[in-house]
Amino acid sequence: MNAATAVMERQAFLPNWPKRAAFAALGLYILYALSTLEFTWARFMRGLEQGSKFLDRLWPPNFAPDKLMLMSEGLLESVQIALLATSVGILLSIPISLISARNLVPGWLSWIGRSIIALARSFHPMIVTILFVKAVGFGALAGILALIVSSIGFIAKLLAEAIEEMNMKQVEAVRATGASWVNVLVMGVVPQVMARFVGFSAYQLDSNLRNSTIVGIVGGGGIGATLFTAYQRFDYDFAMTILLAIIAIIMVSEVFSGWLREMFQ
Amino acid sequence: MIEAHTTLSEPYSLVLRKLCNEYVAGKPVLKEIDLTIEGRGITAIIGPSGTGKSTLVRCINRLVNPTSGEILFQGHDIAKLSGLALRHARRKIGMVHQEYNLVERLSVMENVLSGRLGYMPAWKAWMRMFAPEDIQKAYLMLDAVGLSEFAMRRADQLSGGQRQRVGIARALMQDPDLLLADEPTSSLDPKTAVEVMEIMVKLAGERDIPVIINIHNVELAKRFANRIVGMTGGRVVFDGAPQDLKDHHLAEIYGGESWMDNA
Repeated sequence: MNAATAVMERQAFLPNWPKRAAFAALGLYILYALSTLEFTWARFMRGLEQGSKFLDRLWPPNFAPDKLMLMSEGLLESVQIALLATSVGILLSIPISLISARNLVPGWLSWIGRSIIALARSFHPMIVTILFVKAVGFGALAGILALIVSSIGFIAKLLAEAIEEMNMKQVEAVRATGASWVNVLVMGVVPQVMARFVGFSAYQLDSNLRNSTIVGIVGGGGIGATLFTAYQRFDYDFAMTILLAIIAIIMVSEVFSGWLREMFQ
Repeated sequence: MIEAHTTLSEPYSLVLRKLCNEYVAGKPVLKEIDLTIEGRGITAIIGPSGTGKSTLVRCINRLVNPTSGEILFQGHDIAKLSGLALRHARRKIGMVHQEYNLVERLSVMENVLSGRLGYMPAWKAWMRMFAPEDIQKAYLMLDAVGLSEFAMRRADQLSGGQRQRVGIARALMQDPDLLLADEPTSSLDPKTAVEVMEIMVKLAGERDIPVIINIHNVELAKRFANRIVGMTGGRVVFDGAPQDLKDHHLAEIYGGESWMDNA
């Protein structure tokens, strides 16, 4: 009898009161936040009505030749912005991630690398674009520079993490052969992180293609300015054409990046 | 004559003098190890887990840095080398690792050729421009360990025993004057372990280079080594021929006797 109650009382897990309290607090805050936003059902319904009118005016898309010319110019520039920003971003990300990986370099150096990455990640690409538009003027260059910064923020961070998660025993075995630091990188580190690096880069290309279509709104070149103007002039049918073209580009890049990842598995 | 003999054996012999290592200050793992390894033969280091066997072997090629002491090899104190000089010393010391430690995403051939990295610039390694004679030698090494037909396979497709044989081929590709083996059989089944030991001992014997094996399997140590070094608590407590290793030595090395068959 005594033994049985003792068994009943033995728990596999301790109750985590701080965690429970944190979840309760989060729930209460969400309720409070909703209450301050004056979010009402009537307003939601009115919005739906407005939305359906808007959708109505989007269709059919406008395929007039002069509109297509205007669009293709902007789109081409967007694709160029994305490709250039991704290429340069990748090239700059490699050394930055190497000096950020704590298992490859001394602490003080990785601290510098990490600071560069943190700085590159601090601001949304749109804010960075505004900064570069002020610095180098309107046009594609500002967009390219802004997307290079965000590419570094993403690729260098994830690549540095991939390097830190790699199997150090394999690296050590290469080092034990008397290989130099760079040789250890080439034969011990690169093979372990290459597939993930290609994955990050392909994803960043996708992301840059999407971002290159909006940097134009703040003067960074590409299709964004055209799209924004179309909205402002209530040329919703032309806006639709642009949206469809952007979707097509993203889908093509999706296929391309999938194929790239496959190749480097 | 004596002088000729010493110059002949000196390139291969290894002398450890008062070697100490502590990962945490005040808690030494190795306590003033003095050990001379002659220029040939198989030396097995046995002892319980956590006694510093692995640390000792890894100090020799400086994968672990000793806290103090000397590691004399080929006229240098390896303990004091750094940079290029250390890498040149490492080239001459092959190592076979506990979990094979092949670069799994590289092919078997690339892993074997990695043994030549100490002899070539990085851009050539990047372009995979290995010297033709190195490639031929790599095939000879793979022949010797019986894995030529696996040359183009990725290392992660191999079994444990096959991987360890690739590990041996990689170490010997360095043209080492000393072969270190850190628990080379502990991840292998008993039969494969014996096969791997046989290949390693045979190939080292053909090259007439000394082998230092850190191993926890006493039977394997007695079977393959011609010298046994027993360690416990960071000190050498036995040093002699396998036939001289008696139960009371094992009791001292591992502590107690209850674990022995005949106890």
